[in-house]
Amino acid sequence: MIGAIFVFIITMWILLIIGGGIVVTFLGPISITGYGDLNQIISSVIKAIIAIILVIIWIVILTKMKNLIFHKEIKS
Amino acid sequence: MEQEIISAVITSVIAFFVVYVTTPFLIKGLKKRNLTVKDFNKKEGTMVPRPGGPSIIAGILASEFALYAFFPTNEIIAIIITTSLAYIVGLIDDKKTMGGWFKPIALGVVALPIILLGAYDSNLAFPLFGEVKIPVLYLAIIILMIPITGNTINSIDVMNGVASGFMTIAGFALTISLFIIQNYEIAIASLPLGFVSLAFYKFHKFPSKIFPGDSGALTFGAMYGTLAIVGGVEIVAAIALLPAVINSFLFLSSMKRIVEHRQINAKPVEHTDDFKLKATTEKKAPITLVRLILVGNPLSEKQVAHVIFKLGILSGILAIISAFMMGVSI
Repeated sequence: MIGAIFVFIITMWILLIIGGGIVVTFLGPISITGYGDLNQIISSVIKAIIAIILVIIWIVILTKMKNLIFHKEIKS
Repeated sequence: MEQEIISAVITSVIAFFVVYVTTPFLIKGLKKRNLTVKDFNKKEGTMVPRPGGPSIIAGILASEFALYAFFPTNEIIAIIITTSLAYIVGLIDDKKTMGGWFKPIALGVVALPIILLGAYDSNLAFPLFGEVKIPVLYLAIIILMIPITGNTINSIDVMNGVASGFMTIAGFALTISLFIIQNYEIAIASLPLGFVSLAFYKFHKFPSKIFPGDSGALTFGAMYGTLAIVGGVEIVAAIALLPAVINSFLFLSSMKRIVEHRQINAKPVEHTDDFKLKATTEKKAPITLVRLILVGNPLSEKQVAHVIFKLGILSGILAIISAFMMGVSI
């Protein structure tokens, strides 16, 4: 079981690195024009919504990983 | 560079010795005032003084004020104010049992001085991929960061020595990471966290002579979170904290709501006849890191703490690798 926890930590680390790549590649370049002073606020709201979706996806993947790695022990 | 080295040595020495010298007096004072709690993992039900927060905050404040004399920056002021406010939140929770939502909300408010002092850079840096500029969104990250780190350290404070020992490992991993990315001033400002934790560990390790309490754990966590923000190493800091993050994640995903540990009826861990710890078979009990460590393998309290430290060392190494990866771009 302790070995599985080590695996889980490394999995979380890899997911964090990949998640960072997605954020920098897709979230960073989002920019809105044509709304004057509201440009920054609108683009921030869009970025926030996408970030929340990414976090939810991250939690779902982690939950699946948790069930995969610890399934027998958690159910027992 | 000479000034940096001198300030690093002075702040480290102050941080360590203030805690090392004041904690025995605090233990005596707490015992005298009967401020003790039962250590449920001891067969004889030993009463242990609590909270150790006052000596922890004394060490942090003394060393950070000394550092401020060398580097009068807003970042150090932000560390001092935010950590002090988190200590007060913890002290309130030590004195009076508050609801599950009190700490997250109060710690969100505690983060405001970082914003008001402008002690942050709104670029979020990721290993390998570079930075992303999120000026408005970053404010939300600041407000969320302190409650997350504070409660995460608080939630891992479950056994003798774990919170202070784990914080020592994560704190020094953060310092090394800050040196790697060449943020020397904040790296030096982070040294007190590691040295205060190390000095407190001497009294907190098995068998504990004192517990940090919420005031101690939240002080550790809030200072860690503030350093991550003012040092621009949010992701690296999160990586060093992964075992504690896993603990919170497992707890929340099994309980499906924010709840205080003392409000839980079904405990995740039980005792064997020889008073070792074993995972409960109770279905309603939360899943925690300790419960997973103990599945199928009862261990002593000391052994569990050592497993958590090994996990902390792994995360610390991953954090340091990630700090090196900050300098690489693909």
